Amino acid sequence: MDFLNAIVALSNFVLIPAIAYGSQLALGALGVTLIYGILRFSNFAHGDTMAFGTMATILITWGFQAVGISAGPLPTALLALPFGIAVCALFILATDRGVYRFYRTQKAKPIIFVMVSLGVMFIMNGLVRFIIGPNDQRFADGERFIISVREFKALTGLKEGLAIKTTQGLTVITAVIVVAALFYFLNRTRTGKSMRAYSDNEDLALLSGINPERVVMVTWLIVAALATVAGVLYGLDKSFKPFVYFQLLLPIFASAIVGGLGNPLGAIAGGFTIAFSEVMITYAWKKVAGYALPDALAPDGLAQLLSTDYKFAVSFVILLIVLLFKPTGLFAGKSV
Amino acid sequence: MTDTARNILYFTFIAVLIIGTGMMTSWNLAITIMNFGLISAIMALGVNLQWGFAGLFNVGIMGFVALGGLATVLVAMPPVGEAWAAGGLRVVLSLILGAATIVGAILAYGALPKERVRAVGMIAILVVGFFVYRAVFDGGVQAVEAVNPANAGYLGGLGLPVLLAWPVGGLLAAGAAWVIGKTALGLRSDYLAIATLGIAEIIIAVLKNEDWLARGVKNVVGLPRPAPYEIDLQNDPGFVERVGNLGLDPVTASTLWVKLIYAGLFAVVLALLFVLAQRALHSPWGRMMRAIRDNEVAAEAMGKDVTARHLQVFVLGSAICGIAGAMMTTLDGQLTPGTYQPLRFTFLVWVMVIVGGSGNNLGSVLGGFLIWWLWVMVEPIGLWVMQVVTSGMADGYWLREHLLDSAAHMRLLTMGVVLLLVLRFSPRGLIPER
Repeated sequence: MDFLNAIVALSNFVLIPAIAYGSQLALGALGVTLIYGILRFSNFAHGDTMAFGTMATILITWGFQAVGISAGPLPTALLALPFGIAVCALFILATDRGVYRFYRTQKAKPIIFVMVSLGVMFIMNGLVRFIIGPNDQRFADGERFIISVREFKALTGLKEGLAIKTTQGLTVITAVIVVAALFYFLNRTRTGKSMRAYSDNEDLALLSGINPERVVMVTWLIVAALATVAGVLYGLDKSFKPFVYFQLLLPIFASAIVGGLGNPLGAIAGGFTIAFSEVMITYAWKKVAGYALPDALAPDGLAQLLSTDYKFAVSFVILLIVLLFKPTGLFAGKSV
Repeated sequence: MTDTARNILYFTFIAVLIIGTGMMTSWNLAITIMNFGLISAIMALGVNLQWGFAGLFNVGIMGFVALGGLATVLVAMPPVGEAWAAGGLRVVLSLILGAATIVGAILAYGALPKERVRAVGMIAILVVGFFVYRAVFDGGVQAVEAVNPANAGYLGGLGLPVLLAWPVGGLLAAGAAWVIGKTALGLRSDYLAIATLGIAEIIIAVLKNEDWLARGVKNVVGLPRPAPYEIDLQNDPGFVERVGNLGLDPVTASTLWVKLIYAGLFAVVLALLFVLAQRALHSPWGRMMRAIRDNEVAAEAMGKDVTARHLQVFVLGSAICGIAGAMMTTLDGQLTPGTYQPLRFTFLVWVMVIVGGSGNNLGSVLGGFLIWWLWVMVEPIGLWVMQVVTSGMADGYWLREHLLDSAAHMRLLTMGVVLLLVLRFSPRGLIPER
């Protein structure tokens, strides 16, 4: 029985949160990695793109709530999501037109693109704070739990409870659907194949008549969708705060690099690697160890390796290790 | 118009801005802006060394600045004797153990045979080392933080003169830069950017959470000053008489005098670093740096060790940022880890370098002053613009309230727009590299 309790406690505090967080990171890292593969620069504005898309979704959600549209047990934000994506996509396409395209035609160095993306980040960050303010916003509604602690205990008679939040279930399901759609698109459709061709060898792709502007446009559209979905899921699961989204940049980049920049499969693997390490290293293992180990061996303290304040340090250290030993990432990325 | 005439014109314009601020608002504000302008100019010099000379993209300036601030506490605050007695040595011992673990792992990596044995050996050393370190460290920290937590609860510093903290801040920052550079240089250029972004966040996290080191978010206040205290000046009959002869009242005069002393100190440091940077730029070393920046492959073919030179210049530039950080904390008289924001300490400095003219030391100094002035002034100007825009709306109308509240965020927008405009239309900056 103690062993079952240990497993339940582990799932409740480690596995389920890490899977949800990992899905959110994977979606974010997919966006970063796509931009890197097609446009060949690290987009520092990605965190704020997520914030922008989420803000648009939140505003539309409030609009829906005001006129009484709801999705029943599901969060209203799901209904608003497509509109949020559209707003974000429009904004991103406008940025590409107004900012990035100039440097593309100039064939500027990647580092110039990175700096430009820094400027875009400033502006997006400013806009988000300007429109919705720098404070925490909660916009989750509908049923809170798929299964709550009390229900679980009544169901199984175990001492430990297991809670699955609606948002956590939703995150995983949405992530699976989005990733499946993305891979279908990249591997099966004509546009997707032309994107991969462009990413592998730009000159050869141009020779075979692929329109680069179209490839870039489709990339930005996909990135807008991925960023908004990732941002909304994160916001539903935790809460929306512009500065937190800026800080998400580090784990997202770490995920993309750990998996191998430019490699979509790697981005997903990287996202889960980072999420699981972060949660497992900052979790206080006392409870699980208390159930799993004989009494004599049970730890006195919290058995927490690092305090949660250092969760960024975890992704950073993993990033450093990968850069030191395998700079192309776990799945061979595009370049060193 | 020759280059010199143009530069004189630019700096006259800066002088007019500062003097104008003094006449329109108050001289205290003007000199404060000038002091921070001097510090910003030093930070911009450091970043220009990295970006302008060598093309290295460092987005962790905030971290190096914060390390400089930490140095001020570690050097200048008096030591807390009780805390040292309670657990200071234990904390120090644990830090040595931690460092020994890492060194041991690195040695094992070199000594053990390849493949599995090496991996297992390293991981074993790290895991065992970590638990030993935590066992020693935790007890020490608890003991230290229990000592008079309201006022102390930390180890204190060495009680040395505060000016000594400036070079020490540079050394601390240089150490952190060496670790980062060793890992991320020699790889793709973006990797350095991401690694520095990370180290900055972590340094701030350490400053906020390690109370035994510098009291964390409880802040260290009352740092020793290199200038006299205003209240002492006001009680000094000689000073009061002298300013009386000038027709100033002693309170205003004392605050101005203290700020001017700081300005003088900062100006000396800036002048020194500026001369050094100019000499470096026009030396064979500087030409080599620029050659590497412009074409790494060609420079490597000429026998230059690109990665080693990059590491060198990255460490030097970060050290300058550390010095500036120590100076800023000295000016503030307190270390407040909560106020370190990447926007203010990293990206603002970048805007300064780009606007001033990357690769040109004089340009960085100009950018430092100009952008700092803009940064301070955008908020009142933004508020004023919002008041004009919303003047037609009724009081209490939600849009008016919202716009007025949001005026504070104008800074971000303005800086982003300035950065993009300069990158697009004048990528070489106000004073271009020659």
